[in-house]
Amino acid sequence: MEVRIAHLYPNLLNIYADRGNITALRQRCIWRHIDVSIHEFTLGEEPDWDAYDLFYISGGQDREQNLVCSDLSLKSSGLKDAVEGDAVLLSICGGYQLLGDYYRAADGNTIEGIGLFRARTIAGSKRLIGNVVIESLLDGGRLSLAGFENHAGRTYLDHGQEPLGRVVTGYGNNSEDGGEGIVYRNAIGTYMHGPLLPKNTAFADYLLRKALEHHHGEPVELESLDDSVEAHALAVALKLKK
Amino acid sequence: MVAKVAASRAIGAVSARAGHGGTNLPGRAVLALDKGIIGRSASGFNKGSIVVSATNGKTTTCAMIASILTKERLSVTRNREGANLAAGVASALLKESSMTGRPCADVGLFEVDEAAFPEVACQVAPRVALLMNLFRDQLDRYGELEHIAGLWRAALRSMSSSTTKVLNADDPLVAAMAGVRPEKTLYFGIEDTAAGSGIMQHASDSKYCTVCGHPFDYDAIYMGHMGRYHCSRCGNSRPSPTVYADEVELQGMHGSRFRLVTPAGEIPVEISLPGLYNLYNALAAAAACFALDIRLKSIVAGLAEFSAAFGRVEEISIDGQRVMLLLVKNPAGFNEVIRTLAMEPGKKTLMLALNDRIADGRDISWIWDADLEQLTPAAAHVVASGTRAWEMAMRLKYAGVSHEVLEVQPDLGQALKAALEMIGSDEKLYVLPTYTAMLALRHEISQHFRIDRQLEDLVWK
Repeated sequence: MEVRIAHLYPNLLNIYADRGNITALRQRCIWRHIDVSIHEFTLGEEPDWDAYDLFYISGGQDREQNLVCSDLSLKSSGLKDAVEGDAVLLSICGGYQLLGDYYRAADGNTIEGIGLFRARTIAGSKRLIGNVVIESLLDGGRLSLAGFENHAGRTYLDHGQEPLGRVVTGYGNNSEDGGEGIVYRNAIGTYMHGPLLPKNTAFADYLLRKALEHHHGEPVELESLDDSVEAHALAVALKLKK
Repeated sequence: MVAKVAASRAIGAVSARAGHGGTNLPGRAVLALDKGIIGRSASGFNKGSIVVSATNGKTTTCAMIASILTKERLSVTRNREGANLAAGVASALLKESSMTGRPCADVGLFEVDEAAFPEVACQVAPRVALLMNLFRDQLDRYGELEHIAGLWRAALRSMSSSTTKVLNADDPLVAAMAGVRPEKTLYFGIEDTAAGSGIMQHASDSKYCTVCGHPFDYDAIYMGHMGRYHCSRCGNSRPSPTVYADEVELQGMHGSRFRLVTPAGEIPVEISLPGLYNLYNALAAAAACFALDIRLKSIVAGLAEFSAAFGRVEEISIDGQRVMLLLVKNPAGFNEVIRTLAMEPGKKTLMLALNDRIADGRDISWIWDADLEQLTPAAAHVVASGTRAWEMAMRLKYAGVSHEVLEVQPDLGQALKAALEMIGSDEKLYVLPTYTAMLALRHEISQHFRIDRQLEDLVWK
């Protein structure tokens, strides 16, 4: 089997050690003898959108995020078409915000997003920081995910949009409505870093399976791995206080 | 005034006896009574004060400066590690001042938290403000680097014109601080480009031109984002340092040698602390002391005599077995420790202790920014420990450490015991703890292990 991953703006958006997510995806393929290729695309570089099964975009500091913003608008239609074609997209924190309709900064300035997610983000005065645990109904079953969040923006989903999960511990999208993240087709936005994928193996494998199915056009079953270390790390993280 | 000082001293004495350590409490009390106390008291040092801030190396550098000042026969008042906010500075001033609030020592030496630098520096009005580096630390505490840089710039702008800024030329974000009153700036840096690792580490920050935002070109990278940089778009480049290190010779865990060059002459320096990061600390200490008109002779003697400040790097012997303790607290520091370990020949037994308390950073994602993959080939056995032991074990697993050589023991004492059993009589155990894990380990060692040196020797010089 084969899967192709496009990592968007890795040199600019890498603030919360989210390269761990890429490492997890790569290793979980290698351990299963799945051919995995990961290509990086930054400012001014356009991927061949049809050639990739999974797109990854993380968050950065303000300066870097502003640089990405205008470049991302040029990539908007390619990325949206890929998502409509059931490619997988994982976006974390700042990346998640840039994919929404807009981001309104504390000074009232509005930064246009690409509108892939029907959601908007408004900067708040106090950063929402701490451990976060959510319960997700993704993939039918009940899935407990643990991570860490650190964001000033409050994200509000449009009516009818589905969050990634319900907050058990932490703040989530906006600390008001109990939702965390967003799911649209196989595209996911979330504030959870930590990084997210290494210890949340069921979630990592869900994304991987969807990406493999996108590549091969047929249902895929993944070989199980010895995840005992990851399971321990997750068990500890699920019990942490906010 | 006398009454206020007396009242706060009384609070300090009581809280010390009550076992609170007595460091911040009297400072907080007196600051509440009298906001101007730091400024008035600090203005009484006859040789002035030094305020030091950085993400990495504050404590070690201050200990080096103190050692140099002692060689110059100057007495020093300084705040304690961990008491590096305004209250900690006020406490230190109170403890060592006369009843009228006048300091007894010649020099005030204060290490301050990055976010507290503006408040403390503006009140102390130091003769020397030493700003060493800005790295990605625990972002859950401070937000972003640019934010801290902005606070520092604003503070420097509002400070007295008698303050000399001593800045690291090799850190673009810090070097850019000279924009305010450039005539009162002294740069330090490394001139020997061969000292660089040549590779941009993953955790590197501020790689972008501080003037125009274009990515910097680097002729040499020393560590993290520190090096010789220039911007090909607007011409902004690293300033030439006045005090610098040349002919750098790194000798692994044994320390390093370099030629210290200053306008007052040049002289060979030898330090017994490993790694380029400690060379930077020594260079920063030398530059700050030079700005305070300390003689070169005292600078070199002070650096030579200095031994590792509390817990940064220390070697102890437990029941005849040699143990190296190396504090890790952020990706840049972690990478330097890894790089230094990799220079030592042979495979090593390691204990990595990761805690997630506030002083460690509750967000432990930073361990994924450190290049632990570089450690994997050198690891004979690894014990993961601390409150987030499993998270560290997982990081090591994804860095390629096989499960046969990896043991997980969250309890620090048990982990240390297990790790000591793994080493032979001629081998060393390398322990890499985060801050609170370091404190807990020291306590554990003093309670349950026989060490061959008095523990007091290891605490503050």
